[in-house]
Amino acid sequence: MNSALKVLLVATVFTISGCHKGDTLPDAAATETVSSDTGASTSGSANNTGITVSPLEEERRRMLQNLVVYFDYDQAEIRPEFNALLQAHGQNLAMNPNAQIRLEGHTDERGSREYNIGLGERRAQAVRRVLMLQGATANQLSTVSYGEERPAATGSDEEAWRLNRRVELAYR
Amino acid sequence: MLGVLKAAARYSRPRAASMARSAAVALLALTFVGSAGAQLNITVVKGVTRPVPMAIVPFGWTGTGPAAYDLAGVVTSDLGGSGRFAPIPVSDMVSKPTTPAQVNYTDWRLLKVDYVVVGTLTEDTPDRFTAVFQLMDVNRGEQILGFRLNAGRGDLRATGHRIADMIFEKLVGVPGVFGTQIAYVSEEKRPDGSKRFRLIVSDADGENAKIVADSPQPLMSPSWSPDARRLAYVSFEGDASQVFVQTLRTGTRERVSARAGVNGSPAFSPDGRLLALTLSQNQGNLDIFTLDLTTQVLRQLTTDAAIDTEAAWSPDGRQIYFLSDRSGGPQIYRVGAEPGARAERVTYEGVYNARPRISPDGKQIAVVYGQNNTYRIGVVTASSGVLDVLTTGRLDESPSYAPNGAQLIYATRDGGRGVLASVTTDGSGIQQEIASVGGDVREPVWGPYPRP
Repeated sequence: MNSALKVLLVATVFTISGCHKGDTLPDAAATETVSSDTGASTSGSANNTGITVSPLEEERRRMLQNLVVYFDYDQAEIRPEFNALLQAHGQNLAMNPNAQIRLEGHTDERGSREYNIGLGERRAQAVRRVLMLQGATANQLSTVSYGEERPAATGSDEEAWRLNRRVELAYR
Repeated sequence: MLGVLKAAARYSRPRAASMARSAAVALLALTFVGSAGAQLNITVVKGVTRPVPMAIVPFGWTGTGPAAYDLAGVVTSDLGGSGRFAPIPVSDMVSKPTTPAQVNYTDWRLLKVDYVVVGTLTEDTPDRFTAVFQLMDVNRGEQILGFRLNAGRGDLRATGHRIADMIFEKLVGVPGVFGTQIAYVSEEKRPDGSKRFRLIVSDADGENAKIVADSPQPLMSPSWSPDARRLAYVSFEGDASQVFVQTLRTGTRERVSARAGVNGSPAFSPDGRLLALTLSQNQGNLDIFTLDLTTQVLRQLTTDAAIDTEAAWSPDGRQIYFLSDRSGGPQIYRVGAEPGARAERVTYEGVYNARPRISPDGKQIAVVYGQNNTYRIGVVTASSGVLDVLTTGRLDESPSYAPNGAQLIYATRDGGRGVLASVTTDGSGIQQEIASVGGDVREPVWGPYPRP
């Protein structure tokens, strides 16, 4: 909750200081429906009543509320559906040099615990690299891996595992 | 402190019919209550096909008041709980001899027991006691073991374990481990949704549980010093991984590594001088290091871009076994403990081998073996590379050898709960489940033999 609030604050600062650059967002990002696992989704797809118009800034603000990137089993590659999310956060950091994010890497419960610490760290580093490609600087980003020690969902099934293989972006 | 064995084991004498079956299942159920409020139930899930029937007769007592300690109760719990012996209930005993001269072999042959343990406990002074015990072979009609032990009041429970260890060694051929300790991590969810992580040390039977560290943040990867006096572990207090070394007797601890990135997987060298560690430093690449605990000199042993972690020392201290996914998936490698050595791959069977632990004789490597979405404890024979899977769970992890090498303790799941379990490594197939009554338990590590 707290970090979501901070995102909003950062996003608001961005709106005031840099909204004229909003049009640099690729159109694809503005119209893509993000089916993230947080239950949030963006609007903007055309429907059969005609054309809908979504302000880019609203899209971006919504995007910035998504703070979790999910991964495949035993993988640390960023899945394509999270590119827009990370692009938004990376550009947000670039526009707000005082903003900082802690990247918390997690895994599902399978396998050995210290290997999972390594896998969580690898995932956090993968997110870190993408954010830096978008203009974030090293001193805005820190990483920590909790491995399987702090699951978001309890249970030993595919659904719990899917929700636990993640990197959480925590604005500080 | 005088511990009281609350236990009272309920033993049912195996009937001939069940003994004839291929496996004797769930013969024994023991309950132990620890002093820290943590409680472990030890259940023999599968014993040997024919556990050896024996009688452990209540010890004679000479002293003021009631007996200072039920030594026979401790010996009964230990030997019965091992899954190898079937002690008969005291109520079945026709006579209760306390010295070899009082043992009537004919009586015991009728009861079909192979061995009888008799003994006495004598109060020499209010704080000094003498225990004497003899192990009698019923079929041969003679004594095969006998010792006198002297102990203070606080050591009476340990005295019972010591007697059980000696009887076990005489009858099984390997030293017993009833007098050793285990460390493990427990996680408790509170009504308000918060969590408590605890590092607990208990006797090998779950008794005398003591909380040695307690944190709202995860605790993990406990590792014993070779003298059994210190534990190294990872704590996430302050929202970052750090490695501590804690002296058990005093509770004082030293933060030995809080470098940027991952600080994990501590493992004491066999001489206790070095701590192997996993560090990621700034670039997020996990490698194995050794830290000299006296000089603080840090030396890097691996440099691969892969995940290198979970160091385990060979018993001679010359090699470090570790997990690496440099071949694409987790496999076990080993490297010399001096920097500059080349790492070589050890496991080839299967796609997921993790968390190596080396047997005390150096001949076996226990691993977490993953296949088709199940994770079980396997043992690799070092000379041949052949892997045997010993357990049958779906999410088994964290194997740790008993100091006699005859048993592995590990973590598994039972109905969604984290529990501990053990399995023998000699092919006898004895399995125990060790469940905590409160919260999940995991990451058991078996302590070394205590040094006098």
